[in-house]
Amino acid sequence: MSLSDLMMVLPIAFTLVWALVLLLIDLWLPRERQGILALLTALGLAVALGLDLAQSGRSGSAFRDMVVLDNFAVFLNALYLISGLIALALGYDYLKRMEMERGEFYALLLFSIAGMMLLTQANHLILVFLALEFLSIPLYVLAGFARPRLESEEAALKYFLLGAFSSAFVLYGIALVFGATANASLTGVIEAVRSGSAEVGFLTAGAVMLLVGFGFKVAAVPFHEWAPDVYQGSPTPVTGFMAVATKAAGFAVLMRIFLNLFPGLATSLTPIFWGIAALTMIVGNLLALAQSNIKRLLAYSSIANAGYLLMAFVPYGNAQVAGQAISSMLFYLLAYGLTTFGAWAVVVALEQAEGRGLTLEDYAGLGPKYPWLGVTMLIFMLSLTGVPLTLGFWGKFFLFRTAVAAGYVDLAIIGLLTSVISAYYYLRIVVIMYMRAGEPRVRRDGWLNLVAIGTAAAVVLLSVVPVQMLELTARAVLHLP
Amino acid sequence: MLQDYLPLFVILVVGFAVALIAVLLGMLFGPRRPTPRKAAPYESGIVPYGPGRRRMSIRFYLVAVLFILFDVEVVFVIFWAAAARQLGWLGFLAMLVFLIVLEVAHVYAWKKGALEWD
Repeated sequence: MSLSDLMMVLPIAFTLVWALVLLLIDLWLPRERQGILALLTALGLAVALGLDLAQSGRSGSAFRDMVVLDNFAVFLNALYLISGLIALALGYDYLKRMEMERGEFYALLLFSIAGMMLLTQANHLILVFLALEFLSIPLYVLAGFARPRLESEEAALKYFLLGAFSSAFVLYGIALVFGATANASLTGVIEAVRSGSAEVGFLTAGAVMLLVGFGFKVAAVPFHEWAPDVYQGSPTPVTGFMAVATKAAGFAVLMRIFLNLFPGLATSLTPIFWGIAALTMIVGNLLALAQSNIKRLLAYSSIANAGYLLMAFVPYGNAQVAGQAISSMLFYLLAYGLTTFGAWAVVVALEQAEGRGLTLEDYAGLGPKYPWLGVTMLIFMLSLTGVPLTLGFWGKFFLFRTAVAAGYVDLAIIGLLTSVISAYYYLRIVVIMYMRAGEPRVRRDGWLNLVAIGTAAAVVLLSVVPVQMLELTARAVLHLP
Repeated sequence: MLQDYLPLFVILVVGFAVALIAVLLGMLFGPRRPTPRKAAPYESGIVPYGPGRRRMSIRFYLVAVLFILFDVEVVFVIFWAAAARQLGWLGFLAMLVFLIVLEVAHVYAWKKGALEWD
């Protein structure tokens, strides 16, 4: 180990140290001055973001090839850190008025983000597993943060049990890959595959196990059952964070592992990816139709969006489109993240204590009564639907284009048709907001408005320059050993 | 490569078979004359009393978790100490980082009152 090794993981190390410091500060901070902690957390995240962005353009590996650094990681680390900042802004007022302001919230959030960054930079399967647990365990606690509300406790327990279950799959997959190649380092496994000493049967079984384990994390059908309950029961800022950052981390590690480890298995794995992607798009969108609770509806929407993202994995073995697949996946993650966080901000604004204010009827009359909030929600819903020229449209367009370029026209057609289905439930919210009379109760909070209007502005402005954005994400290439 | 696992497989099969045969033989040929005393749960000869599912104080769990925390610490430190000279200053630094992280947890538990019984 040397100083240059440490420089490669500087944002992670900084986030960890900052989290420990916050934990200690919280112990001596009077209860009524908890606001300081939120500001200190924001400061820490901002510094980590600066350290991360300073690394852009650099690449290499450190700690004897245990971690790698590339633009892919820099891009995603920035995404996690910004997600953390947004979750913090969503929670600032929410935690206070729901009477769940405890200092641990901030430390747990930072721990989870550090785990995500480590997961994205990990270049060794054991480290992948460690980072996966490291990001999950704080999230289990955060899901139960609204205790003693039963739904929150249920969410925490369900998330924990299924999370542990999926970790077992990941671990078994790692064991099988190790058994097949006698190596757990991503670089070493590739060497073993190249030299032909790997057992292809075991390797395929391991790859499928890993896919199942991470399928749970990103809530892909048929491993999605936990998502609606957990998303509904968790405190809403945490839900937004899970829907964006955790999902991004799951896709990041899937991308790195499958592109790096198993390009040779593409012929046997592609049909599996095809099936999961198609199922996730269809089931997620169809089940969202039946929801009357906004949190459950957005949960199914996030499942459906995982399906679109999985579309990028189907042609992963095809070297010609692999780069295009990565950049369109990152573009979609960005579009999805901004739009989803905006929608969750509106949900936080309308949510009342004891889980009231969450049905679709509570949105009646929102449009005329609160024009700004109504317009932002309209933008998010249109973008999630993928109405042409919105950011969501460009995201789907680039993904579908990648699928077509790789010869999967059928998958692109399924994506198109399910997008049409999704218009029903997204636009239903808009109809309820504008066409029905009602007296919505809205919480006014500066940080919340900032998130809603900021993300709405970003969604609109970035949709004007889609090609430039795609070029930006195209620079975030994976470090291939 | 698969052949290497054959002995393991044989042990697995034999193990399951022995257990299954023993249980089956008992079920088929064993006499069954239950009395209330025989049907009662076995508690090492002590006469059972009260319901089996009492509520336990959460403090026991706290103590157990804290014990694991500091037990693991000691285990790690012992291995480092055994090879401290070979590991040099880098090993010392790594151990120091580990101990500092652990000490934060210790201070946290202390300040939150997890170490007090009442």
